[in-house]
Amino acid sequence: MGQITLQGVQKSFGPVHIIKGADLDIADGSFVVFVGPSGCGKTTLLRLIAGLEDVSGGKILIDGKNVVDTPPAKRGLSMVFQSYALYPHMSVRGNIGFGLKMAGLAKDEINRKVEAAAATLNLTPYLDRKPRELSGGQRQRVAIGRAIVREPKAFLFDEPLSNLDAALRVQMRIEVTRLQKQLGTTAIYVTHDQVEAMTMADKIVVLNGGKIEQYGSPLELYERPANLFVAGFIGSPKMNFVTGEPALHKGAATIGVRPEHLKIERDGAGGWQGTIAVAEHLGSDTFLYVDAGALGMLTARYIGELSLHAGDRVSLVPDPARIHRFDENGNALRS
Amino acid sequence: MARMATTRRVAISTAAAWLFGFLIFFPILWMGLASFKTELEAFAVPPSFLFFHWTMENYATVQERSDYLHHAMNSIIIAGGSTLIALLIAIPAAWSMAFSPTKRTKDVLLWMLSTKMMPPVGVLVPIYLIYKSFGLLDSRIGLVFILCLGNLPIVIWMLFTYFKEIPRDILEAARMDGATIGRELIYVLTPMAIPGLASTLLLNLILAWNEAFWTLNLSTSSAAPLTTFIASYSSPEGLFWAKLSAASTLAIAPILVLGWFSQKQLVRGLTFGAVK
Repeated sequence: MGQITLQGVQKSFGPVHIIKGADLDIADGSFVVFVGPSGCGKTTLLRLIAGLEDVSGGKILIDGKNVVDTPPAKRGLSMVFQSYALYPHMSVRGNIGFGLKMAGLAKDEINRKVEAAAATLNLTPYLDRKPRELSGGQRQRVAIGRAIVREPKAFLFDEPLSNLDAALRVQMRIEVTRLQKQLGTTAIYVTHDQVEAMTMADKIVVLNGGKIEQYGSPLELYERPANLFVAGFIGSPKMNFVTGEPALHKGAATIGVRPEHLKIERDGAGGWQGTIAVAEHLGSDTFLYVDAGALGMLTARYIGELSLHAGDRVSLVPDPARIHRFDENGNALRS
Repeated sequence: MARMATTRRVAISTAAAWLFGFLIFFPILWMGLASFKTELEAFAVPPSFLFFHWTMENYATVQERSDYLHHAMNSIIIAGGSTLIALLIAIPAAWSMAFSPTKRTKDVLLWMLSTKMMPPVGVLVPIYLIYKSFGLLDSRIGLVFILCLGNLPIVIWMLFTYFKEIPRDILEAARMDGATIGRELIYVLTPMAIPGLASTLLLNLILAWNEAFWTLNLSTSSAAPLTTFIASYSSPEGLFWAKLSAASTLAIAPILVLGWFSQKQLVRGLTFGAVK
């Protein structure tokens, strides 16, 4: 079991409030991603759950039991650090088995479990090497091995893939997701990369300035963002925001349209008129950055190749069903 | 062509490095050679480099005139004792400053170092008087005490930079893995800190072994270490170069051997933190 509940969790460092009251319900076996810009408090929130920081207020319940006064090791969680944090003087075997050794398991049982974990992670040939003799990806796998071998109630991942190169990151992303599904263990994963969040999560927590902005499935966040911040943060390229007359026309202070929901028309008369400032041709997609005068810069995405270039005049027609409306406080308006 | 230029450059820099190394080593070599000459040859102009009458006479005289072992024992006790006590004080101090620093930690470190900026002779008279009234003059305890205090700032600084390099994440990982503070110390911290502790110990041992100001001024015979033993050969009756060389060679031999065997640790200690 690994059900984690946060009730009004707060954290301040002196006069600075890092977490301003977080309420969250994480179901057993789910993969939850904390995402947000740097300094939003996502890592702090994870460390509060881990017990590496003490809460300033509120409760953290693991399987219904308040653990705020329980030391990290007794919470039954395991953590994968951004820097891997492997013990440099121990072999891979020693690293993975350290937690079991601390728990006082018999030697042959430790060996059996370590070897099983190593087999799952393709680390068997490296068991007797030291961390410095491994590549970045292998070190990351050892860190994950150290986490899974203890059969914790939940895994906590603190930006574990940010030190890897792009190709390896994609591969490890898939491996981590697959492993979590296979083990069925609750996972909390911190990242600043919204693509990682969208692809890995069952549910995403969007954090900003120490507050939870929205908690929902990736598609919920994409289709029904609760406010301007979430709308702008989720989705790549970023959502276009338009204020002024077109927004008032829709009865909102601001309207938002995603680049993929703008229809691109050459020499069209309707929609929003503008001149292409930059055109990016990726083959699979075409991104147009359009200077639309008073409306500002708009981004449009076309699936496939579109033969348009900088300087061309275009008109962008928003899909009426996909226009997001926000009030003057930035909160979404539902019709 | 380019390769030839590179080879030549390597050859030149190798030769230059050897020359430079030889220049630095020369005084020690010269001292060693002089210790095997007669007093007359040690003075000779032009000096003879290798072709002189080799003799062990000086060593015999030195051993006869003063008790080398007595002084060496004092050196070992004073250098070793002051180093161990300094480490005992410095480890917890550096530890807390590295792992739970406060706003003033940097200031405290600087303040400690600033005590090294004052010339020791400035406090010689008050220290001498204090030692006199406490009966610490010419006592091993007195010398252990003063050398320990003198080197403490450097020991704390060195250990602080070492401990600072141990990533916090690793300690937190150990805590997540269920290690208690005691087990964290035994299984994770100590193995990671041993290289740093070893080089600090070695460097401090060498500094204390060679310290001449306080040892010369605060000891005469019963607590006198090897520095006093050397100094006794520059006497009012005149300089005895060959005997002085023999005494010096005997005095530095132990620390030279120690340094030779721990080169790797020492270099690491001196350059630690310079490159990641």
